Amino acid sequence: MKYLYLTWSNLRRKKLRTILTLLSIIVAFVLFGLLATIKHALVGGVELAGKDRVVVRHKVSLIQLLPESYKARMERIPGIKAVVHQTWFGGYYQDPKNLFFMQCPVVPDEYMSMFTEFVLSPEEMKAWNSTRTGAVVGRRLADHFKWKVGDKVPIISSLWKINGNDTWEFDIVGIFEGKEKQTDTGALFFRYDFFEEARQEYGKGQVGWYTIRVDDPAKAGDVAKLVDAEFANSPAETTTEPEGAFAQGFAKQIGNIALIVASIMGAVFFTILLVSANTMSQAVRERTGELGVLKAIGFTNRQVLVLVLLESCLLAIVGGVIGLGLAWLIALGGDPTKGNLPLFFFPPRDLALGVVISVLLGVITGFFPAMQAMRLRVADALRRM
Amino acid sequence: MDKNTNDALVRVDRVEKIFHRGSEDIHVLKDLELVVPEGEFLALMGPSGSGKSTLLNLIGGLDRPTKGTVTVAGERLDQLSDSKLAGWRARHVGFVFQLYNLLPVLTAERNVELPLLLTHLSKSERRSHVQTALEIVGLGHRTKHYPRTMSGGEQQRVGIARGIVTDPTILLCDEPTGDLDRKAGDEILDLLQALNKEHGKTIIMVTHDPLAAARAKRTVHLDKGQLSHESHA
Repeated sequence: MKYLYLTWSNLRRKKLRTILTLLSIIVAFVLFGLLATIKHALVGGVELAGKDRVVVRHKVSLIQLLPESYKARMERIPGIKAVVHQTWFGGYYQDPKNLFFMQCPVVPDEYMSMFTEFVLSPEEMKAWNSTRTGAVVGRRLADHFKWKVGDKVPIISSLWKINGNDTWEFDIVGIFEGKEKQTDTGALFFRYDFFEEARQEYGKGQVGWYTIRVDDPAKAGDVAKLVDAEFANSPAETTTEPEGAFAQGFAKQIGNIALIVASIMGAVFFTILLVSANTMSQAVRERTGELGVLKAIGFTNRQVLVLVLLESCLLAIVGGVIGLGLAWLIALGGDPTKGNLPLFFFPPRDLALGVVISVLLGVITGFFPAMQAMRLRVADALRRM
Repeated sequence: MDKNTNDALVRVDRVEKIFHRGSEDIHVLKDLELVVPEGEFLALMGPSGSGKSTLLNLIGGLDRPTKGTVTVAGERLDQLSDSKLAGWRARHVGFVFQLYNLLPVLTAERNVELPLLLTHLSKSERRSHVQTALEIVGLGHRTKHYPRTMSGGEQQRVGIARGIVTDPTILLCDEPTGDLDRKAGDEILDLLQALNKEHGKTIIMVTHDPLAAARAKRTVHLDKGQLSHESHA
């Protein structure tokens, strides 16, 4: 700690240069924080996926439907505890811009038993079961559209028609909460029996995909093989995968987000690395004589190395922490898309990763100048004062 | 070799120093012998390139001889590793440079404190040592000033305070008045003399200036890497 003052004083030597370098580091870490937040918002569902749940979809693609009759056949397969189905509704509320992510027709009791992360009161559950056109919505969605129980909401679907019309009217009978903070409550669920009866010829008796709860998560892979074997060589063959992989597949429809983020960050940090390394080597070159003085009065080569590394680390860590803090504050402001990115927050894991990166940045940028300072011969260095 | 070698604080024995420049070997010091007893104020004089600064560097453990031995305060410097030599310098040597060599980003007191950072002294102990050193050099009132706000003479006083703050065994001064006007130079020489006489500090000073050398108890003249003659005050 007693060397910190010396390090800090050295950074203040060329204030403008230090400020500019610091700013570039701050910008890089703000970008890192925001990209990590966006990445999490887009693929966060993968992490929230249930470990004991697997998803069965059409082998060709997610948009191909599967027969509803598969449910009973799956329930007979050993190792399967429960089966529910969902179907992509693809609707919007009032304006196509209000296309919220998830609207599905489901069987209420079965569905809520499967997805225990959605919490609905018994009264609301009862109301849903007794109202054919009833729908339940998540808290985030309800807050966003200012819906409340008793409202009648029209949802327009480009996929499904009701009486030749694309506007479906639902009665909001309940608002479910998320069991955990990260649970996405941006969904609307309505009754499958109403949907099945009301939809016209297209897709009758067919559903989008199935979610299965297995007895033993360790044997999920074996169960998946049994399911796919059950429907092999049929007109609608299946692909069964863990819920996490299914969510990832969903997210990949907009591209390999992790790769895009990693590429951008790689380019940003490489540039910052060059900028900071240049600052540090210039700073060390300029005060060769002073480093000679330190060595003359008794600082060892290793102590001089540590002093230079401390300086580069201090610069990188201060810049990193400010940048990450700003990113955190921006993320705290909430989803800028007003609803499309429900999991919009700076994940603590990425925050910690950012701190680690800032330390690494300091060590890497300071390494060569520090080695150079360490190897200085005292008598030579003093001549350059 | 001096007769009283048993009292010697510094003993330079048959030292050679050769610098290599390309394929050329430059013999800076040749078979040089010197003994400096404790409490001495010795001036090293000689023309440029005579090897006086090189000799000072060898005595201060900043460089190593090509041949021969350098023993200071009972330690064979030519046998110490780099890190041990650094530790030895911290304990035994105070340096005063011609261009003061102060860190411009630190105040006078922080500059003087630098050698103490290598000790186990607490912050308050360091502060007290620094204050004492600055008062000895007559700058107790300018502790918070940066070098750029001080005159050359004052900066050199800070340099001397930094040199003596650890109470070193020996003070090595390389042209301490070389960058100062006569008045400021005299003040610095007064200070060095006082440190030698009143505090018993052993001082070796390299100088071009005969008036500065006249302040020393003994002057040794170097020429072409060898001792040519010596004179006593």
